[in-house]
Amino acid sequence: MTKPQGIGARVPRKEDARFLHGRGNYVSDMILPGQQEVAFLRSPVAHGRVVRVGKPQGREQAVFTWADLEGVKPIVASSSLPGYRLSSQYPLAHEKVRFVGDPIAMVVAASRAEAEDIAEQIDLEIEDLPPLADAHKARVETGVRVHEEWPDNLYLTMNYESGFDAKAHGAPVVVKREVALARQAMVPLEGKAVLALWDERADQLIVYSSTQTPHMVRIGLAETLGIEDGRIRVISPDVGGAFGYKCILQPEEICVAWLALKLKRPFRYIEDRREHLIAGAVARQHHYLMTAYADRTGRLLALDAEITIDGGAYSMWPYTVGLETGQATGNLPGPYDFRGYRCKTHCVATNKPGFMPYRGVARTGVCFAMELVMDAIAREVGREPWEVRRDNLVAAESMPYDNVTKKHYDSGDYRKALLMAREKIDLDRWRARQRKGEPDGRLIGVGFASYCEQSAHGTSVFAAWGLSLVPGYDQATVRVTPGGGLEVRAGVHSHGQGMETTMAQVAHEVLGIDIAKVHVVLGDTGLTPYSTGTYASRSMVMAGGAVSLACETLVPRLVAIGAHLMQCATNTARLENGKIVGPQASVTLAEIADAWYRRPYRLPPDVDLGGLEATMAYRPKVDTGAFSYASHAAVVAVDTELGHVEILDYIIVEDCGTLVNPMVADGQMLGGAAQGIGTALYEESPYDANGQPLASTLADYLLPGPTEIPAMRIFHLETPSPYTAYGIKGMGEGGAIAPPAAIFNAVNDALRGLGVEMSETPLTPRRLLAALAGAKKPVPA
Amino acid sequence: MKAAAFEYARPRDVGEAIALLAQAKGTAKALAGGQSLGPMLNLRLARPELLIDISRLDELRQIEDADEAWRIGAAVTHSEIEDANGSLAGGAMLVEVAAGIAYRAVRNRGTIGGSLAHADPAADWPLALAALDAGVVLRGPAGERSIPAVRLMTAAFTTEIRDDEIVTAVLVPKLSRGARFGYFKFCRKTGEFPDASAAVVIDPERNAAHVLLGALSGPPQPLPELARRIAEGDLDGPSRAAAIESVAAVHGLDPIERRMHAGALFRALRQAFAQ
Repeated sequence: MTKPQGIGARVPRKEDARFLHGRGNYVSDMILPGQQEVAFLRSPVAHGRVVRVGKPQGREQAVFTWADLEGVKPIVASSSLPGYRLSSQYPLAHEKVRFVGDPIAMVVAASRAEAEDIAEQIDLEIEDLPPLADAHKARVETGVRVHEEWPDNLYLTMNYESGFDAKAHGAPVVVKREVALARQAMVPLEGKAVLALWDERADQLIVYSSTQTPHMVRIGLAETLGIEDGRIRVISPDVGGAFGYKCILQPEEICVAWLALKLKRPFRYIEDRREHLIAGAVARQHHYLMTAYADRTGRLLALDAEITIDGGAYSMWPYTVGLETGQATGNLPGPYDFRGYRCKTHCVATNKPGFMPYRGVARTGVCFAMELVMDAIAREVGREPWEVRRDNLVAAESMPYDNVTKKHYDSGDYRKALLMAREKIDLDRWRARQRKGEPDGRLIGVGFASYCEQSAHGTSVFAAWGLSLVPGYDQATVRVTPGGGLEVRAGVHSHGQGMETTMAQVAHEVLGIDIAKVHVVLGDTGLTPYSTGTYASRSMVMAGGAVSLACETLVPRLVAIGAHLMQCATNTARLENGKIVGPQASVTLAEIADAWYRRPYRLPPDVDLGGLEATMAYRPKVDTGAFSYASHAAVVAVDTELGHVEILDYIIVEDCGTLVNPMVADGQMLGGAAQGIGTALYEESPYDANGQPLASTLADYLLPGPTEIPAMRIFHLETPSPYTAYGIKGMGEGGAIAPPAAIFNAVNDALRGLGVEMSETPLTPRRLLAALAGAKKPVPA
Repeated sequence: MKAAAFEYARPRDVGEAIALLAQAKGTAKALAGGQSLGPMLNLRLARPELLIDISRLDELRQIEDADEAWRIGAAVTHSEIEDANGSLAGGAMLVEVAAGIAYRAVRNRGTIGGSLAHADPAADWPLALAALDAGVVLRGPAGERSIPAVRLMTAAFTTEIRDDEIVTAVLVPKLSRGARFGYFKFCRKTGEFPDASAAVVIDPERNAAHVLLGALSGPPQPLPELARRIAEGDLDGPSRAAAIESVAAVHGLDPIERRMHAGALFRALRQAFAQ
C-alpha cells in the first residue's frame, strides 16, 4: 500500500517544485512579440474636476483618455439593498477625480520607463475640490459630495435590530468602548498585472490577468467593453498572492483589454509597489462605538453598535461596498450566544480608493471590536477574560445554532477550542510570571480571541446582499487520460491555496489515481467550466465538491468497462485503490483508458456515451455557509519605555471541519495570521487632511517580516460540516481575523495595572506611548 | 516606477571619477551600492544625467591598518565589515554596527561611504562613526581633505561633500584595550530605520568619551555634557535620570520622541558600562 494521498493526507504540494525553483509563470514573465507597456497617469489630488488632459505634442498616439475609449461603459456595481447608492467608476477619469491615484490617462510605449516619460509630459489641469478624507466628517457633509448626483456621501446605512430593548433593559453591567482600525493595503507580492492581445485565429480577445476570478472578469469585460462573452478568454496564470485585491473587476483590466481590442496588438500593465500603496489602500478602515450590556458574571445580554466604514470613492464590481457593510453588521455578534442586538452601520464615500474585500472581509474588524469588548466586560466584572468568553460562546450542545442575526452556525465546539488554546498557551505559568515581574521591566500580558467564520457561503447569502452576480453551482470537469491519469479542470483559481494538490487529493479519494498523475487545470475561461472564482473561503468546499461529484460520476462507467474487460457481471466489480476489481481479476484505469481511447472494439456495446469525461456542478445542501472557528492566544511583552511590543508566544486552535491537507491548512493559518499581525502592529495607510496618502513606499508602510512573526503553534479540531461534501469547511481567511484582537487583548492585559487600554490599530510605539502618557498610574520606565 | 533616462559611466580609477564629476557640474551622481540611490532613481526623486559607478574601484575597496586607525575604503560594503570580525582589532563596534544595518541583502551591496554621502539622519554610520571620532576622507580636483565624521552631515540628506568630491575612505581611530561602547537603536521591525538611536564610546585610557543621539530630524547630536561627566568619572554607571536629562536639552523633540531617545540612550549607556 502506498502512502495515503486522499483527503486528510499530509502530502507535499505538487506546485511547489515550480514555485521553489523560480519557474512559475506570472504576467510579469510574459513577453510577446510587439508587446507594448502601459503606464497610467494618476490623479495627484484627492478630489478635483478635470479641466484639461493635454497630450504631449508628437506623442498624441501614445496617450489615451476617457474620450478615446469609445464603446466602454463605466463600472457600476448594483445592489438591491435598501437605500444603496450606485457609483459610476470610469476606468479613466471622466469629469472628476475622486482619490489620489485615480487613473486619468494611459500611456503606451515600448518600455514602462518610456511610457512614464510620456506620462510626465501630459499637461494636466485639475480644479481642486474640497477633499473628503475623513469618514466621520464625510458622513454628515452634504455640500461637498464624492458623487455629485447623491444628496450626501452615504453608500448606505444598514440597520439591524433584534430583541435589543428587552434584553438590554436593566442590565447591571454596561461597558462602552470606541474601537478603530486603520486603512490598509493588501500588499500581495505581485500587484495587479494584465496582458491583453487579440487572437485573430480564435477571433478572441485574450486577457491574461492576475485575478482570482477569471470567469467573473470575463463577464465584467464583456459588459464594460460591449462585446460578446464568447469573444473573450480570460486566463489567470500564476498569481503571486491576491487576498481579495484581485477578486473584482479592475479599471486597468478594462483599459488594457480595450487597447488590445482596438489596436490588435499585445499590451501589458504591471502595477508597481508605489501604485499599490497609493491606489490600493482599500481595506480594514472601520470605526466602532460599542455598548455591551451584561449580567454581573459577564454574561452578555445585549449589544448596541454603531459602525462607520470608510468606503472610499467607488463601489467595486460585483460585490459592492454592501458586502463589507453586510458582513460587519451580520458578523459582529461573532461566536457568542446572546439575544439582544442593535446595529447601525454607515458606509461612507470618501476621497480614498474604493473599499475591497480583504482576507477576512469585515470580520477582522468585528472580531477586534467584539473581543476587545469581551475583555473589557471581564475586567469590569473582575473575572478572567477566558472564563467570560467561555460562558458566552455558543455551546456545542446548541449546534446547529441560529444566532441573533439569523446566521446558521452549522457545527463545532467553540468552547473546546478556547479551552485548548488556554491549555496550550499555559495561562497559569504566564500568570505566575506576571505576578513576579520581568527582570527587564517589561510588562507581560496574555490575550485571547475567538471567532467563527462563515465560509463557502453560497447563493442565498450573496442573493440577500442583492448583488447582480451571485455564485451558484461551481463546476468541475474530470477526464481520464489515455495513459490512465486524470485531468481535473475547475474555474476557481489557486494563488497560494495549494489547490493543484488538494483538488488532486479529492480526486484521489474517489478514484484512487496517484496524485502525481492527476493534472489540475485552473483559472482559464477557455479550458475550465464556470465558477465565479476563488474568494470568501469557498474553493475547497465548492470546487472540491464539484471535483468529487464529477469523479463519482465516472465510477459506474469505469466499473462497467472494467467488468466487461474481465468478462464478469458489472455488479460483481468495484473500484478499489485505482483498479476495477472483479471476482477473479482486476484491471487498471490505464487498461480501461486504453480500451476507450485506443481499442474501442474492447468496450461493452452499451458503454456510457459520456465516456471517460464528466462535468458536474456542486452546491452544498444548505448554502448558508459552513462555519469554521478558532481561538487564538497571544503572549506579549510590552516595553513601556520605547513602546515596543514583542510577541512571546502564539497559539491557534482552529476547526475547519475535515482537513483535506493539514500542511496546506497550517500554511493558510500561518499566512493569514502573519497578515493579522501586520494589522495589529504595523500596517497603516494614513492620509493627511487633503486626502494625500502618507505611506507610498515600503519604508513608510511597514509589513511584518520573518523576525516579527513568532513560531506560531497551530492545533486543529475536526468537526465535519453536516452540509458539505466530506464535511469540509472553508478556512482561507480565518488566520487574518483574530490576531489584532488577541494581541491587543494581551497588551491590555499587560497594561491593566496602569488603567490604560489600547483600541486602535496598528499599535505603534507612538500610539502606545501617547496612551501611557495619560496613564492613571505611574508607568515604569 | 522606472528611473528617468541617465547616462552611465564606470571610471577606471578615482581620478577619472572625480574628473567626470567635475565635468558634470552637479548633474552627476556617484553610485556605489545603490541601496538608497536606486530607489530614489526609480521614484524619480533623483534625476541625475550621469551615474558614475565607483562601486568596483580597487582603491575604495580596501580595509587597511594605518597604525593608530583603520582606514576603510568608501566602497567597502557593510557585510564586509560585518565579516571582518577578528581582523579588525579595536573595531568591535564597527562590526556590531555593520551587522545591524538593514538586512544582509542590503549589507551585501550597501557601502560605508555611500551611507555617509547619502546622509540619512536615521542611518547607522553617521552616528556610529561620529561616536568613534572618525574622520572622513574626501577627494576632489584640488586633492584630498579630511573632516570629522561628526561634521560631515549638515542637515538631513545634506553634507559638506562638494559636487566634485567623493568620499574615498573613513579613518576610524582604534580604541584602547579598555575602551567600551554602547550602541542602541529602536526599530519597529528588523531592518527598518530606527525611531531613536544612541551611541556611546568610552575610552578611559585617553580620558575620552563620546555620546550622541541619532535618528533626529537633522545630523547626529553630540551630548558633550554627558560625555564630559563620563570621561571625568563623574558618572560611572548607566543612569536613566542622566539620559532623560540629557535628552531634555535636545531641541525639537516632542515628549514621545524624548521618551524613546532617552530609552535608547539609557540602553546604550547600559551596554557601555556593562563591558
